[in-house]
Amino acid sequence: MADLSALRYAKTHEWSLLDGDVVTVGITQYAVDQLTDVTHLQLPKVGKSVTAAEPCGEIESVKAVFDLYAPVTGTIVEVNPTVEKDPSIINADPYGKGWMFKICLAEGANLDHLMNLEAYQQQIASEGH
Amino acid sequence: MNNQQSTELLFELSKPGRRCHRLPACDVPETRPVSDLLPANHLAATSPSLPEVAEIDLIRHFNNLSTRNMCIDTNFYPLGSCTMKYNPKRHERWATSPGFANLHPLQEDDTCQGMLELLYEMQQYLCEISGLHAVSLQPAAGAQGELTALFVAAAYFRDIGQNQRKRVLIPDSAHGTNPASAALAGFEAIKIKSDTQGLVDLEDLKKHLDDRLAVFMITNPNTLGLFERQIQTITDLIHAYGGLVYLDGANMNAILGITRPGDFGADMQHYNVHKTFTGPHGGGGPGSGPITVRQHLAPYLPTPIVVREGDRYRLDYNRPKSIGRVRSFFGNVGILFRGYCYIRTLGPDGLKAVSENAVLNANYLLARLKHAYEIPHGDRCMHEFVASARLLRREKKISAMEICKRLLDFGYHAPTVYFPLVVPEALMIEPTETESKETLDAFADTLLKIREEPAEFLQKAPHTLSISRPDEVKAAKEPILRWKPAVG
Amino acid sequence: MAYLLNTADDQREMLARIGVQSIEELFAPIPASIRLNRLLDIPPALTEIELSARIQELAGRNQSTSEAVCFLGGGAYDHFIPAVVDAIVSRSEYYTAYTPYQAEASQGSLQAFYEYQTLICQLTDMEVSNASLYEGGSAVAEAALMALNIREGRREILVAESVHPEYRQVLATYMANLGVTIVTLPTPDGFLDPDTVTKAISDRTVGVIVQHPNFFGFLEEPEAVTQIAQKHGALSIISFDPISMGLLKRPGQYGADIAVAEGQCLGTPLGYGGPYLGIMACREEYVRKIPGRLVGETTDRNGKRCWVLTLQTREQHIRREKATSNICTNQGLFALRAAVYLTALGPQGLRETAELCLRKAHYAADQLTQLPGVRLQYQRPFFKEFTLSLPVNVEVLLVRLREQGYFAGLPVGRWYGPQLSQALTLAVTEKRTKAEIDGLAKAVEHQLAQAMPVMR
Repeated sequence: MADLSALRYAKTHEWSLLDGDVVTVGITQYAVDQLTDVTHLQLPKVGKSVTAAEPCGEIESVKAVFDLYAPVTGTIVEVNPTVEKDPSIINADPYGKGWMFKICLAEGANLDHLMNLEAYQQQIASEGH
Repeated sequence: MNNQQSTELLFELSKPGRRCHRLPACDVPETRPVSDLLPANHLAATSPSLPEVAEIDLIRHFNNLSTRNMCIDTNFYPLGSCTMKYNPKRHERWATSPGFANLHPLQEDDTCQGMLELLYEMQQYLCEISGLHAVSLQPAAGAQGELTALFVAAAYFRDIGQNQRKRVLIPDSAHGTNPASAALAGFEAIKIKSDTQGLVDLEDLKKHLDDRLAVFMITNPNTLGLFERQIQTITDLIHAYGGLVYLDGANMNAILGITRPGDFGADMQHYNVHKTFTGPHGGGGPGSGPITVRQHLAPYLPTPIVVREGDRYRLDYNRPKSIGRVRSFFGNVGILFRGYCYIRTLGPDGLKAVSENAVLNANYLLARLKHAYEIPHGDRCMHEFVASARLLRREKKISAMEICKRLLDFGYHAPTVYFPLVVPEALMIEPTETESKETLDAFADTLLKIREEPAEFLQKAPHTLSISRPDEVKAAKEPILRWKPAVG
Repeated sequence: MAYLLNTADDQREMLARIGVQSIEELFAPIPASIRLNRLLDIPPALTEIELSARIQELAGRNQSTSEAVCFLGGGAYDHFIPAVVDAIVSRSEYYTAYTPYQAEASQGSLQAFYEYQTLICQLTDMEVSNASLYEGGSAVAEAALMALNIREGRREILVAESVHPEYRQVLATYMANLGVTIVTLPTPDGFLDPDTVTKAISDRTVGVIVQHPNFFGFLEEPEAVTQIAQKHGALSIISFDPISMGLLKRPGQYGADIAVAEGQCLGTPLGYGGPYLGIMACREEYVRKIPGRLVGETTDRNGKRCWVLTLQTREQHIRREKATSNICTNQGLFALRAAVYLTALGPQGLRETAELCLRKAHYAADQLTQLPGVRLQYQRPFFKEFTLSLPVNVEVLLVRLREQGYFAGLPVGRWYGPQLSQALTLAVTEKRTKAEIDGLAKAVEHQLAQAMPVMR
């Protein structure tokens, strides 16, 4: 189990983990629960420039399709080939093997606009009615 | 009785050498081999690997499979928004008569005056019913009608030099086809909120009114089965800002002869002929989605339309400002034909009675269910209403899906579920006018009974059909979309 | 009142239960200011007997293809429909069912659509078929939208002038607001010369659209065009004639990316143009980009094989403003017709039907080109349809032939302008007999003999 307090969270339910200037991105357990079984992913290609809070891919369940938002601004440097082939890994291990892509931060970009665990948990609580 | 015989896939029934249809011997001289008539590089080495079955295999196969369908002729089908009503048998007889069924779409107008007269009259009726002035019968389905109307709007704004109008405003309770049509016509779709009563939030609408406004799309009555009381205020506002009002006519069956879109400010609308009137829906199609528009939009309608000159009818292709075409040939004539017959059978009193009884039936069902099921938007409706299983799910772990699946066991088709999106655990119920009080009572009794059944039992429903709860995740993850012969 | 069931007593009881005095009260949300305070101005109701007479009267003012000898084609053909097709589709379990959203209550339709998809794959040698589109013209436009979605960023479509003019019109209408350029490639020799494609294609080209056999009936070079398209990263989109698959190479065999067709010829009556059947098939790699419904095989909770609508997230009711296609309904009943038709024919029957069309069309062409001044408009091979050049204005000729009971063909100059005002396109199906063809040739000969002195 990943250390959830080490992660930063977007209000669109992506988590981010900073290591040097590379950010690993996945979606949270809450998002997985809302989606139910993930059936298909469309991830950005390596080399693509992405902008914080803008769509960069799609995630699908049987009856719904959602945008994946880039949590930070930068360039895609790696995509998880295993989850593209078997998206159920995201259901099984969203914070571990279910990571989706890595972004190399653009110059001047950072994670300051993202939430910490506590703030994210508050957001979920308010969404959950 | 369990009809299993010959229900394997056609390809599994196939046996080399079996035949059904046979062709006569060639009666023209076969002086040259096929390879002389067609160049070798164009010829396939073998015929396609179609299945080979005998006539009785084919008939048993499809007849036995048909018993695994629910349909309007065998079951009550309260599928909200889809308006599944009775399809009169007389229509099938008339539509298949050679004088209509065997007309070629490109034969000369002089040779199909009867067909053109019928279509001309249909054009007149649709204009009168909507209170609008011009019509195109061409669109093949409601969604294509929407798209056609938005093409018309785009052409109109281009023509009057207002290209900056690129925004289409759509209430959040709308059918998904609305934003899809807007996007494909080159517009930007913008969502307008509903208020707590499920109607358009006027304050939110006003925030989006400026000279970028092109079209406001509204379903009225809306998908919650509610009539927009402020429709006149809304359409006046849209017109004041230079926009056009599009009426999604999916729910016209509630207001026939009572009020007309043209009279409450709509500039364009589509009909779903099978919903407003009647037409067999064939397991998902055909439909037919004619559109009517106000006079100033008439020049942009697709080509051709039927015009009358004295006592002759002809197709008019000379329409220089037309958007062109959205399909080949005239339109889904077979469905228009059935709609025409429905209108002629009912007449003006009958059409009004259709809406009155559709609304009466829906309200009666609502009244019978409201004590057992949460109805979030009040205790009156038009032709349909939306119940919610939100509380049932919270309290008893019974979701809308469970209720739906269990209804199938009792021989009722399920309501529309999980739409509109603004209601959680939505069950959208539309009885239509062609059902009796007895049917509605029996259906209501069943829904009341299901509510009391244990959740674990419901989660495994249906219990009596040939299959139960197909694995949709598996189907989507590793799609198998055709049969393939076993290898080796 | 026809089809309405509630009696006056029923209505009273129902109103009481609702808690209102009258039906009128239920319409209270509709303001008085917008009410229609009169009856609709449409004719009074007719009983079945009366309307039956009216319909008969209207039918009597039509001269259908069953009362004439039909050589009309142009996308709709007078092929024979075996009785099994009507017997099966007239079962109301099929024709009065809705979209199979509840899989458990729709296994009949779902299995039939899955069989249809498989049959279309077999017919075309393509890997994926959807459960049908509206008809042949919008199928071309949908194929173009699909290509734009697959090759994002490219915004130019090449289309042969020999593609059905109405299909090209539909394409233009669909593309008009999307910033897409349509380049129509001329076909002065009655087909699209692959060199013309080579000269026109660029890295902006998203797809090349060819109809084979084309609107004039002549064969194209789809294989060469496909190779050129793909060499430039564009998609090859082929509109084919399903009946021709009994003889001609199939789109999948020459590597087409998307194959579309008008499926009317597979067991659907002419019906004055619709409802028809739009066929679309593609390569496996584009499965998530194909528009329209798809039926997939799966298992139920007891492990039993069954069928469901699948990959629904492609569909516009879920994608909403992100949709890349407008298609909502399919043509389920006509897909069923095609499935029954193709199975009734089987590989042998399809081959024989195609060969009869081919031979009779060539016999007709041979007979007619023996007449003075009559020749093939283009020197190209053809299948069941061909275009003649006549020494007279064909519009006048057609009126005379019609009086003698022949729908002799299409005056294609109507679509292509004065340079083809003497061109006539004839379609010859397996239903036409030698006697009918000889009769037509004789009638044309007679008319030419009468007209020629005047013309000269």
